[in-house]
Amino acid sequence: MALLSMEKVSFSYDKKIDAVKNVSLTVDEGEYVAIIGHNGSGKSTLAKLFNGLCKPDSGEVVVDGFSCKDKKSLFEIRKRVGVVFQNPDNQMVASIVEDDIAFGPENLGVKREEIGERIQFALASVGMEEFRKSSPARLSGGQKQRIAIAGVLAIKPKILVLDESTAMLDPQGRKEVLEVVERLNKEQKTTLINITHYMDEVVRADKVYVVNDGEIVLSGTPKEIFAKRELLEECGLELPVSSKIAQKLIELGVNLPDGILTKEQLAEELCVLKQKI
Amino acid sequence: MKDVTFGQFFPAQSFVHKLDARIKILLSIAFMVAVFMVQAFQFMGFVACLLFVLVVTALAKVPFGKVLRSIKGILFFIVFSAVLQLLFNKNGTTLWHWKFITITDKGLLNAGFIICKITLVVLGASLLTLTTSPVDIADGIESLMYPLKWIKFPVHEFALIMSIALRFIPTLLDETDRIIKAQKARGANFESGNVFKRAKALVPVLIPLLISAFRRAEELADAMDARCYSGSKNRTKYKKMRLTWRDAIATLVVGGLITGVVFLNITGFLAVVL
Ligand SMILES: Nc1ncnc2c1ncn2[C@@H]1O[C@H](COP(=O)(O)OP(=O)(O)O)[C@@H](O)[C@H]1O
Ligand SMILES: [Mg+2]
Repeated sequence: MALLSMEKVSFSYDKKIDAVKNVSLTVDEGEYVAIIGHNGSGKSTLAKLFNGLCKPDSGEVVVDGFSCKDKKSLFEIRKRVGVVFQNPDNQMVASIVEDDIAFGPENLGVKREEIGERIQFALASVGMEEFRKSSPARLSGGQKQRIAIAGVLAIKPKILVLDESTAMLDPQGRKEVLEVVERLNKEQKTTLINITHYMDEVVRADKVYVVNDGEIVLSGTPKEIFAKRELLEECGLELPVSSKIAQKLIELGVNLPDGILTKEQLAEELCVLKQKI
Repeated sequence: MKDVTFGQFFPAQSFVHKLDARIKILLSIAFMVAVFMVQAFQFMGFVACLLFVLVVTALAKVPFGKVLRSIKGILFFIVFSAVLQLLFNKNGTTLWHWKFITITDKGLLNAGFIICKITLVVLGASLLTLTTSPVDIADGIESLMYPLKWIKFPVHEFALIMSIALRFIPTLLDETDRIIKAQKARGANFESGNVFKRAKALVPVLIPLLISAFRRAEELADAMDARCYSGSKNRTKYKKMRLTWRDAIATLVVGGLITGVVFLNITGFLAVVL
């Protein structure tokens, strides 16, 4: 059974326009899922449906056997789905890193000694051990976001959801954060849902969902997704630069294979081509 | 990012800095009580209190200038109270008389007395804020308020509000700075004009700031919910404060000061009576 599943979920903020329309999706344990869509396509609303911050008008969200329809399971769902939001500044409650990370476990009623261990574990997971006693105000954007991730990890969620958590960061910060969560997915088998509008972030995902106007218009592996360039462009999404270059080259008659996603792949294929000549 | 410091915390490694925040708050209050207990014109009591302030300042490795600076803010208030005493205290023998102004020896003594009192109280309070970080003060207050739970006072919520307020001060200061720069770039003028003009120039700063603060509050509420916040029920607390031998010594010293003041009061009183 899937760890998280959405069955024909619709949700509207104002009861007029649906922010999310008839969405069905599944996320398996240990999977790395990317959800991509342009601004206002309903990505954040999806994130809030995952952990019960929004309740579906119709349809059902089930997390690890707990249904969002059951009011009593809300707490259980939030324990299992940790969401990291876009602005790291607006997710912290305390002026000292360790106090902030303690916030989640404190809410769960975890004992003092164990909270200490969890802080240590969470900070180690994001590679920020030496900042335990620092003030978040003095950290860089990427570091702050890693602390926000640690704050969620201390709850020990089964699923880590990033809602455009790299959107406000500089390239360096984006790289840091992606490396951290992708390593968690690989090494600790944390299920990862990365919600983003950057196409180049989805290339390493196992599965990609493309949302447009609250609907899922496309799903599949990154390769399958990137092959449908016209559809993506209709949804206001652009291919990563390397894919674009590869496609342009193919159009010009260069003999490159389909489905080039990253800089490295492109360089590799071009070198192969050069050797053949 | 700009390193914003607020309050007047002066970080250092010292005996005073290492004291438990709760004890420091209580002892600061005790010190103020001691200052107020000094009875009329027993100036020796003030000398004892001043000596105490000097010793604590030295122990805390805080430059004395920093401590004195705290008086600057309320200098006007001190002078105002003293002048009131001078002008309106008509008891005692007249020292100087001019038209409707009469200055008496009692008035002069009273003015001096009030200056000493207010100054010492402010010095005591500033020693607390200089040697204790705002976070520690907030934690101390929370811990001291804990008994109020019995009268259903929402101690946990109050503490959370304090913590979040402290957490967002640097963020909002930064943001204010950014908005001011943005408005300046559009030709806004904050430096010239009379008070009203300048106050009016602040409106285009305050409104974006307010809107952004509300947006932040909404996002923070979501983030707190997402981290399983559900009020104070079944909640544990990670931070624990511990008393050490330092706190015992500090308490003894302040206790000694109060005893000294009382003793000086009594001997002074006896000296007058006998
Ligand atoms: N709190 C809200 N109240 C009313 N409408 C909202 C709210 N949040 C989002 N919306 C609307 O829902 C739609 C989807 O928004 P959102 O999920 O935030 O998109 P995304 O995260 O992809 O940018 C948008 O049309 C947006 O205007
Ligand atoms: Mg969003």
